[in-house]
Amino acid sequence: MVERALSLLAIDPRGLRGLWLRGRAGPVRDRVLAALAALGPRKLHPFITDEALMGGLDLSATLASGAMHRHAGLLETPGFLALTMAERCPPGLAVRLGQALDQDAGLALIAQDEAAEDGEGLPAALADRLGLFVDLDSFAWGETDDFALSLPLIATAQARLAHMATDAAQARLVRVAADLGIASLRAPLLALACARAHAAWRGAGVIAEEDLEIAVALCYAHKARHFPETAPEPEDAPPEPPQPPPEEEGAQNESLQDIPEEMLIDAARSALPPGLLAQLQAARVARAMGGNSGAGAARKSLRRGRPLPSRAGKPGAGARVDVIATLRQAAPWQKMRRAMMPGRGLDRLLLMPADIRIKRYQDQTDRVLIFVVDASGSAALARLAEAKGAVELMLAEAYSARDHVALVAFRGHSAELCLPPSRSLVQTKRRLAGLPGGGATPLAHALQIALATAEQARGHGMAPTLAFLTDGRGNIALDGSANRAQAGAEAAQIARAIAARKIPALVIDTSLRPKPQLAELAAQMRANMITLPRADARTLSTTLSAALGG
Amino acid sequence: MTPFPFTAIVGQDEMKTAMILTAIDPKIGGVLVFGDRGTGKSTAVRALAALLPPIDAVKGCPVNSAHPDDCPVWAEVTETEIITRPTPVVDLPLGVTEDRVTGALDIERALTRGEKAFQAGLLARANRGYLYIDEVNLLEDHIVDLLLDVAQSGENVVEREGMSIRHPARFVLVGSGNPEEGELRPQLLDRFGLSVEVTSPKEIDTRIEVIRRRDAYENAHAAFMAEWAPHDAALRARILAARAALPGLNTSNVVLHDCAAVCLALGSDGLRGELTLLRAARALAAYEGAADVTRAHIRAAAPMALRHRLRRDPLDEAGSTARVARQLAEVLP
Repeated sequence: MVERALSLLAIDPRGLRGLWLRGRAGPVRDRVLAALAALGPRKLHPFITDEALMGGLDLSATLASGAMHRHAGLLETPGFLALTMAERCPPGLAVRLGQALDQDAGLALIAQDEAAEDGEGLPAALADRLGLFVDLDSFAWGETDDFALSLPLIATAQARLAHMATDAAQARLVRVAADLGIASLRAPLLALACARAHAAWRGAGVIAEEDLEIAVALCYAHKARHFPETAPEPEDAPPEPPQPPPEEEGAQNESLQDIPEEMLIDAARSALPPGLLAQLQAARVARAMGGNSGAGAARKSLRRGRPLPSRAGKPGAGARVDVIATLRQAAPWQKMRRAMMPGRGLDRLLLMPADIRIKRYQDQTDRVLIFVVDASGSAALARLAEAKGAVELMLAEAYSARDHVALVAFRGHSAELCLPPSRSLVQTKRRLAGLPGGGATPLAHALQIALATAEQARGHGMAPTLAFLTDGRGNIALDGSANRAQAGAEAAQIARAIAARKIPALVIDTSLRPKPQLAELAAQMRANMITLPRADARTLSTTLSAALGG
Repeated sequence: MTPFPFTAIVGQDEMKTAMILTAIDPKIGGVLVFGDRGTGKSTAVRALAALLPPIDAVKGCPVNSAHPDDCPVWAEVTETEIITRPTPVVDLPLGVTEDRVTGALDIERALTRGEKAFQAGLLARANRGYLYIDEVNLLEDHIVDLLLDVAQSGENVVEREGMSIRHPARFVLVGSGNPEEGELRPQLLDRFGLSVEVTSPKEIDTRIEVIRRRDAYENAHAAFMAEWAPHDAALRARILAARAALPGLNTSNVVLHDCAAVCLALGSDGLRGELTLLRAARALAAYEGAADVTRAHIRAAAPMALRHRLRRDPLDEAGSTARVARQLAEVLP
């Protein structure tokens, strides 16, 4: 399957636009990459500069010859591009690559996606544009073999492409895409190119059923949002006899339309390793809910983070001068400046203030506020309403500060992450409104979930802050038993773990008569502690802002 | 390859109408197309370029001036011949540097001849034409600031390297983007006259037709272009006729009142909403060959003229389109 996908890409790079290769480093991947080398791909990495992509002034050649020389960007010459660590591809780069692919300049992209966890994955802008998808993790080492692409075979197939009849396949592929819930109209076009390339690869002059099956497996399987329910077949009914092959040779087109579409759907399903759909869906949801794909998610910084192109600016105030960029900026003007300022700069570089370039970085310091809300019976229901109101008010502030928000609620026997970090206010509000109250207080479990969520957020480059709204009367241990002493010990232990990981936290005592236990817990967490007298939601929110430093 | 023919785009009527309206009256001020991936946003913008009527400009003028007297001094234009050229549609790529947008010292001349000369940037080339930004919501902030400034004043001013250069930069902004990837700043939103939201077509037959035409465009290019060329030509003629009819349209006080009432009810900031709505309704009336602007035109133009000007209410679950529709039903029964 992998070999076939690579051959198809080599046959029609313009039509297929690329391949999404998912899989972690390993021998299977090495085999595939070795075979890919035959296509001579040029490598890109996620943090490549625009100059390398789009081309720019070739300074050494320009200065040496005294005439203008550009060096070509990677996107300017047709051919294969290999994007390594594609799961770390920032949205800006994804869009630039997408635009380059759309321009039909003969570029094809091989995205090597090494995503390991949920929430990572190829940016949607690229996933939508690349025709083929192969999941290497679904192949065992033993099942694969060293292979090489047959270049002569590819060349003969390419010659056949232009004369391929595609009419019957168009409608079929569009219908299947709709059945699989694929909204983008690029998908059927890419699948059509895939089927055409496959027919050419077989040496056929017309697209047949097997080409469509391959196209569905390679182009649709990973984009499928849902599979149509298969009607259970009655056990006793004998399976329909396969249709006799048509008498006339030329009737291949018609036979194509007679085959039930159910078959194509099966192809998609069998090509999917179990759990992958869920994983991809999770990645897509995480992204849609604001993971870190928003343009505003990253902040420009002068000191740390990933390097960005340097800009004109004044040194000082924390800005560092980008010496190389400054020199590059000044170099071409030397001749002119010497002419303007006679007698100066014969032995030195003439720098003007406007030449100075300062370094810029992109800093991932998005804040995620994790609200941990006690919805137990002991946190009297009136206070729960106040807590809800406070969270709602904070949401409006989080919106303006572009903060992420997560919601953990605990009651009864366990805590639950009601809402993973998100910027979606509507979602948060809805979840919060639907949060019931009553039951015991599994505080230890709530702390555990909060810690896990915070750690995960850190893994995504966000700065987590915990805000507990509870009365601190934990009475359910981690194993679900109603053991107050054990619950208290466990809560203290996790609280210390939170402190050890230096996660900023805030504890708001929502009980009517504050008790010392919660203060102790807060101290172990090194959290700020607020004991609120009866308050309305607005004062609670103001306190929160103050304690969190805005 | 020549762009996909505008008239061959299947469905997406609101997007096509919005683009036609800005072609009829560029003062409407551009279109913002927001929507799902793979719905033909960029295709439509590139197709529009082929549809626009040509302009008269001084030969060799970097800012496409209409008269030799208008050419900026720094351009050193010696030609006085007026040529007809296609309306410029300039792409503003995402990774663009400030220098390329505004223009900068001509590096080649400085290097080889030691002369100080200005090399015009994208803004100069877009003068009297269109500036297209794909994925506009991902544009770097400092470029957005610059665009806002120039769009406001209609003039590009470059002060650096001991140069002081200014030239007219009046252009129609066309942007497209996918809202999932980031939002647009309200200041920039307001700069777009019309905004449309596109979604993938839901009917199977429509989708099949899209694929069929696209496939024909890619694989039977010449025949496909020949088939659609008359349709595009007819539409261009209709746009020109509408342009000519625009000044003669009657706009009654009732219509003006309707515009104001809709904008008031929606609480859109400033008066730009009313102006754009009126212009869009007039262009629509001209396009349809009507003698008067009517309430029906206002109703049809209101969603695209106003949906991006509403105060953002983060907790309102209904989209802006629904809010506009709600108010329209109340105010203009």
